[in-house]
Amino acid sequence: MKILVPVKRVVDYNVKIRVKADGSGVELANVKMSMNPFDEISVEEALRLKEAGKAAEVVVVSIGPAKAEETLRTALAMGADRAVLVETDDAVEPLAVAKILKGVAEAEKPGLIIVGKQAIDDDSNQTGQMLSALLGWAQGTFASKIELGEGKAKVTREVDGGLQTIEVKLPAVVTTDLRLNEPRYASLPNIMKAKKKPLDKKSPADFGVDTAPRLKVLKTEEPSGRKAGVKVKSVAELVEKLKTEAGVL
Amino acid sequence: MAILLLADHDNAHLSDQTAKALTAATKIGSDVHVLVAGAGAKAAADQAAKLAGVSKVLVAEDASLENNLAEPLAALIVQLSGAYDAILAAATSVGKNVMPRVAALLDVAQVSEIVEVVSPDTFKRPIYAGNAIQTVQSTDTKKVITVRTASFAAASEGGSAAIETVSAAADPGLSSHVGDALSSSDRPELTSAKIIISGGRALGSAEKFKEVILPVADKLGAAVGASRAAVDAGYAPNDWQVGQTGKVVAPQLYIACGISGAIQHLAGMKDSKVIVAINKDEEAPIFQVADYGLVADLFEALPELEKAL
Ligand SMILES: Cc1cc2nc3c(=O)[nH]c(=O)nc-3n(C[C@H](O)[C@H](O)[C@H](O)COP(=O)(O)OP(=O)(O)OC[C@H]3O[C@@H](n4cnc5c(N)ncnc54)[C@H](O)[C@@H]3O)c2cc1C
Ligand SMILES: Nc1ncnc2c1ncn2[C@@H]1O[C@H](COP(=O)(O)O)[C@@H](O)[C@H]1O
Repeated sequence: MKILVPVKRVVDYNVKIRVKADGSGVELANVKMSMNPFDEISVEEALRLKEAGKAAEVVVVSIGPAKAEETLRTALAMGADRAVLVETDDAVEPLAVAKILKGVAEAEKPGLIIVGKQAIDDDSNQTGQMLSALLGWAQGTFASKIELGEGKAKVTREVDGGLQTIEVKLPAVVTTDLRLNEPRYASLPNIMKAKKKPLDKKSPADFGVDTAPRLKVLKTEEPSGRKAGVKVKSVAELVEKLKTEAGVL
Repeated sequence: MAILLLADHDNAHLSDQTAKALTAATKIGSDVHVLVAGAGAKAAADQAAKLAGVSKVLVAEDASLENNLAEPLAALIVQLSGAYDAILAAATSVGKNVMPRVAALLDVAQVSEIVEVVSPDTFKRPIYAGNAIQTVQSTDTKKVITVRTASFAAASEGGSAAIETVSAAADPGLSSHVGDALSSSDRPELTSAKIIISGGRALGSAEKFKEVILPVADKLGAAVGASRAAVDAGYAPNDWQVGQTGKVVAPQLYIACGISGAIQHLAGMKDSKVIVAINKDEEAPIFQVADYGLVADLFEALPELEKAL
């Protein structure tokens, strides 16, 4: 079985982003970029399934600018076999990403697609569910455990009240949550090897997908800030202040 | 504008997330129908009918709808969608699971986790862990929206909407429910609690977490939260995680204990009315958002706090 893993190039999770003063967006020049953390978890899971003999090939795909090749090379260095870059400089919304991924899935015919639960830049949490809908497949979102069986998979999901376990028919789309695994680091020799692994370049038009946005971004602004308050010296002073000053006890 | 709001419930109880999402819905349009999809969900439907601002409750009952599986639930919503201009759900684990599926089936973009309704087609939503707020205008004729409930007050009771039965869609039969491991507790739920006390990596073990955090929570009648580090280490269950990728809360009082204040954690709690931080490192970033900061060892401060309450 082949596993397809979409990976997105995003601003590194350690970066505190800045909103542009004119309200036109977020400052992205000279900002450190990395693979979306949930996608690292997806790549790791696919590699573990391959290492356990349950998958034959791991293909990674990214939709984004030429520089997204770096993200794909990182995934190849972790151990993925092959990469597809669908190159575009436009900002692509989750629905269009899902449509492109559907095209990739139709060409690659994977038995499982492992998608991140959420991209930490747009915080949309949509793409995996949309892809699953477009393909007419089952979805197992927010997975903290995936057990592959014959023609089906058991997925343990992180839900509001705890955990839910479902069984999905394969092929399926699974989205990854934080507790699924701890992603490996790529070793230096593997980083060198990854440079020679195959990477196919495509465009959204190759899949007949129109990436025109459906949401018009009118403005991007700073959230209303919070100021640091006071330091209290003791528990007694804290309780006193919460009772009399803040009135919350 | 006619609006369909998906109810969040466990058949017996309607969660107050629905009442909060209803407030957002009524800012978009005045004719709001609430969909209660489940099995044996009459009690939840009755509760939905009592919410002020609901003009009709639709109840769909079927075995396939009992466990909120995405495929049959999305099929039902799509089947009903023709009559509505907007379809909303609270951004709960059910809403986040099913709504993008609905949006894709309808070929519309979803607007995720709105925090403000600017006009019926324009909304504010946080991006980058809440470090920027985007105002977006939807150009789709039908809108699919999830609502960040921490940003909206719950609608009050006082309504008496009619309840109408609708039939479930054919079950696509793609997935099935195996089992739940839900945490049961007498404490308030994180997303509706007035007071929350949260513990971080500093707690060091599940035993210490219980021993130090829970007695204070009990005294305060508070819900208990945790940082990702505490959850990853197994000190606290996953559904206690507060943050960018956990729960977003805005209680009257949030007490962060042994939590450094990473942006991903702040994303889930910085709209709390009053924030207290207890941390032994006076440089910890959590102090930059705390109204009251106590530089102390939490293993000494919390037992003391418990006694002082
Ligand atoms: C994709 C992604 C998503 C994430 N989502 C979330 C999320 O939703 N929620 C979340 O919380 N995090 C999230 N994180 C993780 C986040 O970046 C931080 O790693 C995490 O919040 C740190 O948890 P912590 O504050 O408990 O631990 P630490 O950062 O290790 O802080 C521990 C703190 O305890 C203090 N301390 C130690 N001992 C004591 C003592 N005896 N008394 C008092 N204070 C003490 C220390 O001074 C320190 O400040 C996410 C990260 C990523 C990459
Ligand atoms: N441009 C992209 N290229 C590849 N994968 C993507 C892209 N955008 C989103 N994804 C995938 O979809 C997941 C969820 O993204 P989102 O729905 O935007 O929060 C990510 O973790 C990725 O796995």
